[in-house]
Amino acid sequence: MSYIAKPKISHPGLPRNALGLTSRDYEGSVSTLCAGCGHDSVTAAIIQAVFELDIEPHMLAKMSGIGCSSKTPAYFVHQAHGFNSVHGRMPSVTTGANAANRDLMYIGVSGDGDSLSIGVGQFVHAIRRNLNMCYIIENNGVYGLTKGQFSASADIGSMPKKGMPNQQEPIDPVSTALSLGATYIARSFSGDKEQLVPLLKGALLHSGFSLVDIISPCVTFNDHEGSTKSYAHTRQHYHHVVNVDYIHPSKEIKASYEEGEAMPIHLHGGDTILLRKVDDSYDPTSRASAFKYLRERFNAGEITTGLLYANESRAEMHELMGNVETPLSKLPLDELNPGKDELAKLQAGYR
Amino acid sequence: MATVNDVVIKIATVNGTGSASANGLLRKSIFRMGVPVVGKNYFPSNIQGLPTWYEIRVTGDGYHARSNRVDVMIAMNAQTYARDMAEVVPGGWLVYDSTWPRKSLLNREDITIIGIPFSRMCNQHFDSVRARILMKNIAYVGAIAALLDIDLGIITTLLEETFAEKKKLIASNMEAIQLGYDYAMEHFACPLPMRVEKMNATAGQIIIDGNTAAGLGCVYAGATVGAWYPITPSTSLMDAFRDFCSHYRVDPETGKRTYCIIQAEDELAAIGMVLGASWMGARSFTPTSGPGISLMSEFIGFAYYAEIPSVIFDVQRVGPSTGMPTRTQQCDIISCAYASHGDTKHVLLFPADPAECFYMSVTAFDLAERLQTPVMVLSDLDIGMNDWMVPELEWDEDYVPDRGKVLGAEELEQMERFHRYLDVDGDGIPYRTLPGVHPKGAYFTRGSGHTRLGAYTEDSAEYQDVLDRLLHKWETARSLVPEAEIRFSKLNKAAILTLGSGDSACKEALDRLETENIGLNYCRVKAFPFTDAVRDFIEKHDVVYIVEQNRDAQLRTLLINDIEADQNKLVPLLHYNGMPINAGFVVDRVLEEIAKGRAA
Repeated sequence: MSYIAKPKISHPGLPRNALGLTSRDYEGSVSTLCAGCGHDSVTAAIIQAVFELDIEPHMLAKMSGIGCSSKTPAYFVHQAHGFNSVHGRMPSVTTGANAANRDLMYIGVSGDGDSLSIGVGQFVHAIRRNLNMCYIIENNGVYGLTKGQFSASADIGSMPKKGMPNQQEPIDPVSTALSLGATYIARSFSGDKEQLVPLLKGALLHSGFSLVDIISPCVTFNDHEGSTKSYAHTRQHYHHVVNVDYIHPSKEIKASYEEGEAMPIHLHGGDTILLRKVDDSYDPTSRASAFKYLRERFNAGEITTGLLYANESRAEMHELMGNVETPLSKLPLDELNPGKDELAKLQAGYR
Repeated sequence: MATVNDVVIKIATVNGTGSASANGLLRKSIFRMGVPVVGKNYFPSNIQGLPTWYEIRVTGDGYHARSNRVDVMIAMNAQTYARDMAEVVPGGWLVYDSTWPRKSLLNREDITIIGIPFSRMCNQHFDSVRARILMKNIAYVGAIAALLDIDLGIITTLLEETFAEKKKLIASNMEAIQLGYDYAMEHFACPLPMRVEKMNATAGQIIIDGNTAAGLGCVYAGATVGAWYPITPSTSLMDAFRDFCSHYRVDPETGKRTYCIIQAEDELAAIGMVLGASWMGARSFTPTSGPGISLMSEFIGFAYYAEIPSVIFDVQRVGPSTGMPTRTQQCDIISCAYASHGDTKHVLLFPADPAECFYMSVTAFDLAERLQTPVMVLSDLDIGMNDWMVPELEWDEDYVPDRGKVLGAEELEQMERFHRYLDVDGDGIPYRTLPGVHPKGAYFTRGSGHTRLGAYTEDSAEYQDVLDRLLHKWETARSLVPEAEIRFSKLNKAAILTLGSGDSACKEALDRLETENIGLNYCRVKAFPFTDAVRDFIEKHDVVYIVEQNRDAQLRTLLINDIEADQNKLVPLLHYNGMPINAGFVVDRVLEEIAKGRAA
């Protein structure tokens, strides 16, 4: 976690969003990650996304676990509360926070170790509940803070800096989320901000669990030849299958998107995102065909990116439970306490 | 052995055969006669087919502990017949199902054996196999009613109340009861010399178990988020909360709920949810038992260090490890007091009965939010799952929840800067803010080293500054927790000190010792940290018998650790076989110590 405050000087000509805030207002403290770390690019993409979405900073809750990725919530939106929890347990804290106050927007930043090893139980159960949150995995295939051990997302044959190649099957967060019924699943690359920012916007606005798995190379421990999570390997092997445009509510959907070429998805809150398919054969609304496609491309050595699955029809956690609209944390005692007379009435049955 | 309203009936059955309703009916009938009664359930960690016992202590004196004697055994389970027979006190009675011949080996000359052909009678009167099994159990209620002189009219009324919706069942149940009743009346001299007689000692009293009372307390305290993972013996606490909420917390018009119960994937997640919800400003809790505390420990330490209110109910069961999940102990005192790695210590509350489970639920939320720290309510299986007679629960309409030092939007607006961990008031308790209230309130909650301003640190002095302030907060907690119950009978040099469910057995023991001219003073601690009054109490005595239900004298250790009590004075009296402690044990052990030369 950084303890270096950023100087508060911003260029007077910086563009402002609908709240009158500049992108500097969405920054956090200075990153203490290694120079060139993919995570810092993700942080920059998050800042751009929330700035452009006109999100009130204090209405965002930044959640994380432990690891390099989990440090990053300190580096964006300093006017939002952050909760840097324990290793692998960010989903449960977010579940409780969201249960108490459904009005906030929840962004969780995790890593492949935090989500796919120690925290895999909480990761999958948050998906089952369709917890309304944006869950980011900054995926680099290694443990950084403990100096380079493989994580559960390391590919078979991937070489470590020292020692033997990985022989165990990787856990792919995207196909895991797909099999569990996550309702917004995307994959991107920290080096592709143009693709990543709209994907993040869609994920933030989506009602329900959205997963954004971001290949985010570790420059210190996993960026060498033989690594399958390096900048070079990712650039060479990844391909866009579906891209996303976020349509600001003030703008109409452009006429240039022809039927079949583009597909609008109307989000719960009234926003719209537009899917642009790069590969015509891909159907991002079918779990079965998405799974098949992803598996085939994976076997061919490709990293498929874009919005890989979207389903706006499934109810999120509060809707599934039938909870009141008012955040539970804001209900006064007199609305929760049955009172003296009810207690007496109840106890008549205890005699 | 002729007594009135002083008899212990133990019923041995097979679990899953409906004996629980029969036993409940019997216990309630006696209570309705105005006679204080204690119901204790000894059940296996199993669903169907294993031995189970229910013990009803009829106690005109109004004691709450179990008794260590059995006067009347209803031996309905052939599997355990031999041991059940052995348990009856000389001069007592044993009722058995005489449908099948009893082996001649199983006999005792010093007790009266009463054979009633329950199975044969039920087989003749009921058609379905299921009814025959269930009604056999109901039939013994009738036999006991005849033998002990329990009012059949009251039993009828209770059946009518229970089956108001299923009238057919009233007739069949009454038929079975009458079978047992008539047979006993015809064949034996009823009532026995030990019998029940109407009195007026239950006015203003109810019968309730601790888990139900705690669940109700959470509703009254205004808890909105409950997260849990099912574990015996705490499960019925969340079941009760759910039942009460579905009654009191659903908008009749919209059908929308003002509560959220999340069945977590494990206890690690359950406590994480509680932290998240409490951090967000909701009153949130989790019920669990010892194994759950072990799993939750990492997060409990986080909550201590990051200062997040949280309420945990530990309904203790026998450890170590899986232990005996359906037996009682007070074995998590130390693991709760110091849960988690690093220097941590936590506020504990020790309810002594279901009524205190209700009131202490509310206290727990108030203290957790006032102190911004985890508060654990340490109940146990005996309190949580057994039926206790307690004074009717009361609610003070003027109650205002203590939400602690939480800054609102206006206060934040007027502040130049908010710092999370500053000791502004000098009581060791900082101010906190809730997310979504004001941008100025934002801070980064972390379990890593932090400064008084809330920033990350690896600086020795800055780290130590916060750790020392937490110790100061601990002393504030000492002044806020519930005061111990202290009784000075005489200016004695010896005393008994206990906690939680030890209370009832100890009070009964004090009465019995009194009759032998041994008058001991008494202290029941209600919370950790221990108050100054507890320290003074120990200092005033030469010998303090520490009565607790674990092997390692955990309360004693805690007293030595927390208030530096003189360990030479603290004599452990330990009961840890999994059965609820009884007065006889305490009396015997005290007398032994006195015989060894300890001060009385």
